[in-house]
Amino acid sequence: MIWDTEHETLPRGELAALQGERLCRLVDVLYRRVPFYRRKMDDLGGKPPDIRAIDDIALLPLTTKDEMRQVYPYGLLAVDLKEIVEIHTSSGTTGKPVVDAYTAGDIDVWSEVMARTLATGGTARHDIVQNAFGYGLFTGGLGVHYGAHRIGATVIPISGGNTKRQVAVLQDFKSSVLTCTPSYALYLAEGAREEGLDLSKTCLKAGFFGAEPWSESMRKEIEATLHILAIDIYGLTEIIGPGVASECERQDGLHIFEDHFYPEIIDPATGKVLGDGEKGELVITTLTKTGTPVLRYRTRDITYLDRRPCACGRTSARMHRVLGRTDDMLIIRGVNVFPSQIEEVILAIEGVEPHYQLVVERRDQLDELEVQVEMNERLFSDEIGKLEAAERRMEEMLYGTLNIHTRVKLVEPKSIARSEGKAKRVIDKRVL
Amino acid sequence: MSVKQISVFLENKKGRLAELTDALERAAINMRALSLADTADFGVLRIIVDDVERCVAVLKAAGYVAQVTEVIAIEVEDKPGGLHHILKVLDAAAINVEYLYAYVEQSKAAAVVICKVDDRGKAGDALKRAGITTIAADVLKTL
Repeated sequence: MIWDTEHETLPRGELAALQGERLCRLVDVLYRRVPFYRRKMDDLGGKPPDIRAIDDIALLPLTTKDEMRQVYPYGLLAVDLKEIVEIHTSSGTTGKPVVDAYTAGDIDVWSEVMARTLATGGTARHDIVQNAFGYGLFTGGLGVHYGAHRIGATVIPISGGNTKRQVAVLQDFKSSVLTCTPSYALYLAEGAREEGLDLSKTCLKAGFFGAEPWSESMRKEIEATLHILAIDIYGLTEIIGPGVASECERQDGLHIFEDHFYPEIIDPATGKVLGDGEKGELVITTLTKTGTPVLRYRTRDITYLDRRPCACGRTSARMHRVLGRTDDMLIIRGVNVFPSQIEEVILAIEGVEPHYQLVVERRDQLDELEVQVEMNERLFSDEIGKLEAAERRMEEMLYGTLNIHTRVKLVEPKSIARSEGKAKRVIDKRVL
Repeated sequence: MSVKQISVFLENKKGRLAELTDALERAAINMRALSLADTADFGVLRIIVDDVERCVAVLKAAGYVAQVTEVIAIEVEDKPGGLHHILKVLDAAAINVEYLYAYVEQSKAAAVVICKVDDRGKAGDALKRAGITTIAADVLKTL
């Protein structure tokens, strides 16, 4: 279902005109009110008078997370603090967090784009949304919350964790929509099975999953075990939180809500803007945000864009599901490896549930990648030879995809640590 | 005539087998025969127990991947050439032995060979024709 037909199906020419207008206004505001951005524009040379249309965006400076951290906490504000009604921050696990401060208008836009997101999977007034994204400084919980409110659906703000209670709520309140990280969806499914719940008999019809990388095979696993339509959603705290992009029910790329968030793909090494279909780093500019607007933010997410019309009727550019992170990228023996590629391969092998871990070590100056895969009922055999053959088969398929040799090791069920939030997939033991 | 063996996946880690035998002891399950096949990383434990269903339930509850495998149990005379006689029969019938293990009965001068073959039906017939009897599951329990 399309929530805002007018904006979501705007002919591309009109969309570009709207984006151009909004960009001009944004650049003007940033130059006048945010010293952080004025300095960057002065350094590069692209200033308000040079910006007349959306294509002029390439004249403007790119912004990195590190730069934004340096002006923590309030250096990104473009309005008086009294206009701010809510603040979220990134997790700050790798340093000072990035602050996202929202005006009432920003919360309104956030509610709209999250309503668009939830509507893609058919969420409507009569639905009961079990929101298992964490509430707090993390944007996932409240983003979904506002979107569900805008639609008029019933939201259960259960937040993350406490799987037993999630299972009880799922049954007792007859939740029809689930929102959480994809790894938690599988964890929850496992928990529900342990509680003896028949997942084919719940009221769940759709799920919206994001905040961590996942794969097509993992989607199939989630859809098969929970008997739902699983929609991939995208967003980041530095921009607004969830609500930047969402798949439609065709599940063929994520529609970027381009009237609010302008996407570009750049070569992460040179900063050069790349064409449609070319893989590179996603860069986003907030066209309507007023509290802490963001200019050409380097997301570090690797993807590519497709501006061809979608069968659903939306005219917005679609980004392919995130292929990896520029900073999560493992370089093994000189080859760029994304954990998502390895996940695709393991999951393609029938019977292997997505419980795996990558361990990278350096032995005698050589990088070694060990892929630990948890044993399950369908993969098991009483014959050692068949188990070893399964390991070799996975190694061969990984070699075919990655072009590097890996060592696949079967491990006991549940021996890999499960997280209730983001999955820890890589252990890099290399001392460089 | 086939017998149910339980096969369990075990990682090659210190104390892992002891944890499993601890679970069986607490559930008062008696093992009749056992074999452990392993590689550097993992092993497969194969056991014959007095109560197959309960044992599988206990193992699954403890988080193990455990599977019931149909094998054949053959009584062999406890003397030189006893096993060879059986293998000759199976070989002559072109039956492939995936693995086997044996234990000696204390009560009489006989050994029991537990054997996984690629074709149980054919193996049963060949052994029968050669006058060798396989042991039924309920008999095995009482030996």
